Amino acid sequence: MNKEDLIAKLKVIVKPYTTNTVAYDNLNENTDFINDLNINSANLVDIVLDIEEAFDIVIENADMERMLDVKTAVEIIETKLAAK
Amino acid sequence: MSKRVVITGLGVAAPNGVGLPAFTHAIKNGVSGIRHDAKLQQLQFSCQIAGQPQISDELKTQYFTELELRGFNSTGILYGVIAGIEAWSNAGLPIENNEEPDWHSGTIFGSGTSGIDKFRESIYKIDDLQTRRLGSTVVAQTMNSGVSAYLGGKLGLGNQVTTNSSACATGAEAILMAYDRIQAGKAKRILAGSTGDSGPYIWAGFDALRVCDSKHNDDPTHGSRPMSATAAGFVPGSGAGALVVEDLDSALERGATIYAEVLGGSVNSGGQRGSGSMTAPNSTAVQRCIIDAVMNAGISANDIDAINGHLTATTKDSLEIENWTKALGRGGNDFPYINSLKSMTGHCLSAAGSIESVATVLQLHEGFIFPNINCDDLHTDIAALIDPGKVPTKIIHKNLNIIAKASFGFGDVNACIIFKKFEQ
Repeated sequence: MNKEDLIAKLKVIVKPYTTNTVAYDNLNENTDFINDLNINSANLVDIVLDIEEAFDIVIENADMERMLDVKTAVEIIETKLAAK
Repeated sequence: MSKRVVITGLGVAAPNGVGLPAFTHAIKNGVSGIRHDAKLQQLQFSCQIAGQPQISDELKTQYFTELELRGFNSTGILYGVIAGIEAWSNAGLPIENNEEPDWHSGTIFGSGTSGIDKFRESIYKIDDLQTRRLGSTVVAQTMNSGVSAYLGGKLGLGNQVTTNSSACATGAEAILMAYDRIQAGKAKRILAGSTGDSGPYIWAGFDALRVCDSKHNDDPTHGSRPMSATAAGFVPGSGAGALVVEDLDSALERGATIYAEVLGGSVNSGGQRGSGSMTAPNSTAVQRCIIDAVMNAGISANDIDAINGHLTATTKDSLEIENWTKALGRGGNDFPYINSLKSMTGHCLSAAGSIESVATVLQLHEGFIFPNINCDDLHTDIAALIDPGKVPTKIIHKNLNIIAKASFGFGDVNACIIFKKFEQ
């Protein structure tokens, strides 16, 4: 899966958790989940679970803690997919 | 001088009507909300009928966001939020998205448990070593104060936000706690009410106690029979009731509709002494609670036009009537009219006191006494104490001035509220 496809898939996952439509429509690698999308930090837990399910991977707590923006999320998912 | 306290908003999610218009129609016309429950039958309960508010998915989306409904599995919070938001809007109060919370408004919204189905779902996951996959909302849905926390956030409340719990007296107690707080000048308005979860996991304990009706599994609407000679135990119910309890000055300033005044009330406990126990009421305490409520309201027992009783349809109904006659010093034809909403809703447990208070306030505001259904055969012990005409089985259209509402609960706890038609 290339990076664009991965971001597109991530964008679908993130949708229910944000109410900031402008930031969502402009979602890109530099988008920050909390500061840009105004996602409640507790919901990051749910996003990680949704990612795990969508990509059939397991994300450890240490990775989850730094998964605060699209760029890091993509890196972590790519690493996990490569290790499969 | 202490503040006068009034009711300016009502909301309800009851087994026989969700929303004020449906509920008002139901109680005026004696519509039962008791239905056969396939789940209870499947689980081989003795009592396979119950009262549960009928909530469509469409209605849910009016009160909760799509995100909030993800993994949502708490009927108590669902009912509480629907009733609470309805009461708030009914009071003409805005729901604003301000930076500052509303420091003068709070909520005291009681509950017996919270999210018992969510709790069950979580326990299965935990035991399956899936704790990390529980998701983010288990705490919010299963903490007892979940309902007040959801309401506080939706309404931006900045005064006290809490959940009280005193078994089947919870709802009446919440209203009196709100009354106390407003009277003391600590809040302008409190969204007071209570909620109760639906389902086998909340009702099973009562079925195990053999206190529920098991004779009407094929005839649900006739199952809940308060004060009847053929009463055979209570029918479990659920739902939520909500009342905006407000400082009179604030209500007048806003030009709000005033449904009734809370003149006063009393809460106490029989201490599980004398005739009282965990599950049985100490009659001395029940009578004292009623007498104290009358005194606190500054009225005479003779001023009471009607009573909305606790009256669950167990063998204790006759004892409750006896306690009312002794506490008020009134019997026979001199006894006030009395009714029990449980004939139509079942016993809504922690939600009972608030749903029944909504019905009580509607009676004062619109001038009627709703009928006791399933009571064509009044219990002889009750007929010996009060005139059978005081237990109406058909609606009576009548202007009422004062209604006493009482709720009693496990733990030998009592609450009695005196509501009055509002006059300047």
